[in-house]
Amino acid sequence: MSTLASSLPAASVAPAPRQRRKPGRFAPSQWLPHALVLVGALIMLAPFYFMFVFATHTNTDILSVPPPLWFGDALFDNLNELVAQRPMFWRSVGLSLWIATASTVLNLFLCSLGGYGFSMYEFRGRDKLFAALMATMLLPAFVGMIPYVLMMKELGWLNSTRALIIPGACSAFGIFLMRQYIGSAVPRELVEAARMDGCGEFGIYWRVVLPLIGPAMGTLGLVTFIGSYNNFVGALLVMSDMEMFTAPLVLRSLQGTGQTPWGAISAGSAVTVLPLLVLFILYSRRLIEGLTAGAVKG
Amino acid sequence: MSAVLPVAPPPAPRRRRRLKPWHWMPYVFVAPFFILFLGFGLFPLLFSAYASFFRWEIAAGLSGMKWEGWGNYLFVLQLDGLPWGSVFSTGFWAELYARDFWRAMANTFWLGIAAGVPQHLVAIPLAYFIHTQFRRVRNPVISMYFLPYITNTVAITLVFSSLFSRDFGVINQVLTGLGQWQVMGVHPLAWLFPTENIDWGRPEYTRPIVAFIVWWRFVGWNTVLYLSALQTIPKDLYEAATVDGAGTWQQFRYITLPLLRPMMLFAITLTIIGNLQLFEEPFVLTGGSGGVGQVAETVAMQMYKVGLTDGDFGTASAVAWLMFMVIAALTWLNNRYLGRKD
Repeated sequence: MSTLASSLPAASVAPAPRQRRKPGRFAPSQWLPHALVLVGALIMLAPFYFMFVFATHTNTDILSVPPPLWFGDALFDNLNELVAQRPMFWRSVGLSLWIATASTVLNLFLCSLGGYGFSMYEFRGRDKLFAALMATMLLPAFVGMIPYVLMMKELGWLNSTRALIIPGACSAFGIFLMRQYIGSAVPRELVEAARMDGCGEFGIYWRVVLPLIGPAMGTLGLVTFIGSYNNFVGALLVMSDMEMFTAPLVLRSLQGTGQTPWGAISAGSAVTVLPLLVLFILYSRRLIEGLTAGAVKG
Repeated sequence: MSAVLPVAPPPAPRRRRRLKPWHWMPYVFVAPFFILFLGFGLFPLLFSAYASFFRWEIAAGLSGMKWEGWGNYLFVLQLDGLPWGSVFSTGFWAELYARDFWRAMANTFWLGIAAGVPQHLVAIPLAYFIHTQFRRVRNPVISMYFLPYITNTVAITLVFSSLFSRDFGVINQVLTGLGQWQVMGVHPLAWLFPTENIDWGRPEYTRPIVAFIVWWRFVGWNTVLYLSALQTIPKDLYEAATVDGAGTWQQFRYITLPLLRPMMLFAITLTIIGNLQLFEEPFVLTGGSGGVGQVAETVAMQMYKVGLTDGDFGTASAVAWLMFMVIAALTWLNNRYLGRKD
């Protein structure tokens, strides 16, 4: 009896306070928030899932009840139908990729040059110019839309890729990002040493600074590529010739009166989104950090 | 004697030194941005301010501009003939809503608030929770929420419009499936979920769907912004608060929220500027029309329609500048309220 009495409290009471301090593993407060966050994440992904599922089903399958929930085998039929209805579809995807690539190359060059100028030189009015540059990010771009179209018309740039590449060839965000990075990653002494050795100013940028800023170039390149590839409004304003439609414009033109070809639209959407998904899967971390760089340090 | 004289300072250069090439090089380096901005950003903006005072039809060209004064603005605002006496009866608002610009403004505000407020109400707790609770799966979770932000709006809005279709849309089938779910002859969820398909094309649903798509696209972006701000809050603050006996909620209320305020200012400013220019989602979802009864026609869509479809540049410029003023006023108010230092 005495052994039982002495051992009982020790065995039964001791774990109790520990349990009170920390709720059990399966208490709702432990798993509910995690579950909510994960369910939310699935809601975020669901449209992508259905986009790919519908891309592999015929229109009749998609219109049936219940809808297809797993992949079918009609992907190539859908793509063929898409090309039959819009013969320039692949050309449009190529056009979008070309516009995005050209914008990216120009932005990388001009933004890194501007970032180098702002971070490595002292010149009159530098801080004011930089403040003005940052302020331009607050201007609502939509307000100048109509004169912009007129300008493109006057320049003869309607239905030309120039209208989508040149005006956005250098962004305030890109210069900001580059200035931050060059300021922290390139030692000033290196620039001065190169100057002593007789390197020209552009030569310093080209031979000393450019090789050192690979990571920032990668980030800015991703951001610019994705932004330019997704540009719908710009293309809507300047491209009226079907031959010059970018991928988003072709997709939108499929949605119309009569029977909507959902299979073809889904396949086209999937093809359009695929390059972005690949980039995102490869570089999501760098991309997110790049996009939010302005927010954290600015 | 000359030895005791202090060493003479080097003679000051007499002639003005010529500007070394690298004194003007930095201006060359930063010039491309300013040239492009002046040409393709600022000039159109100012020109639209100028054009908003002219009557100007697309066919007439630049030479056909006729001075109109504030006429375009008055025409857009359509303030004449409103029954001012019945401001507080429903008739007034209905009549105001029937006038194009006011309807577009009301729609834009409706969408902006319905998509914008939940973005932040969800993003802040979500970011806090990911920050404090998730360790190993943190980056995949963030990426899943962020993915909508980078995708092509047109492509994904078209997918949404098939998901929201009346007869075959997946969303209806999930909802009616829950509504028709049967346990021992009764439908336990019939009071909460519909038992037959909803016609999402009806005007009362158009705006909620657009708001949902906008929310879906930007909630991850805001979460990432708040998450990056949370990471800059020093851990010592929380440790000190724990020592002082503050609970989780008190820590959130008195440490996290106040220190998030600069980021809230930034994120909400972006939301205001973005949501008041909302175009792509409602444009694609309603096929460019604004939906039945124009319930989802935003100001940006109206400006596009008036300017480029109808070809009335003067009126469209007036719409643009009214939009600009509203955006500027709200940004200023937000800055005043959230940006105050105390």
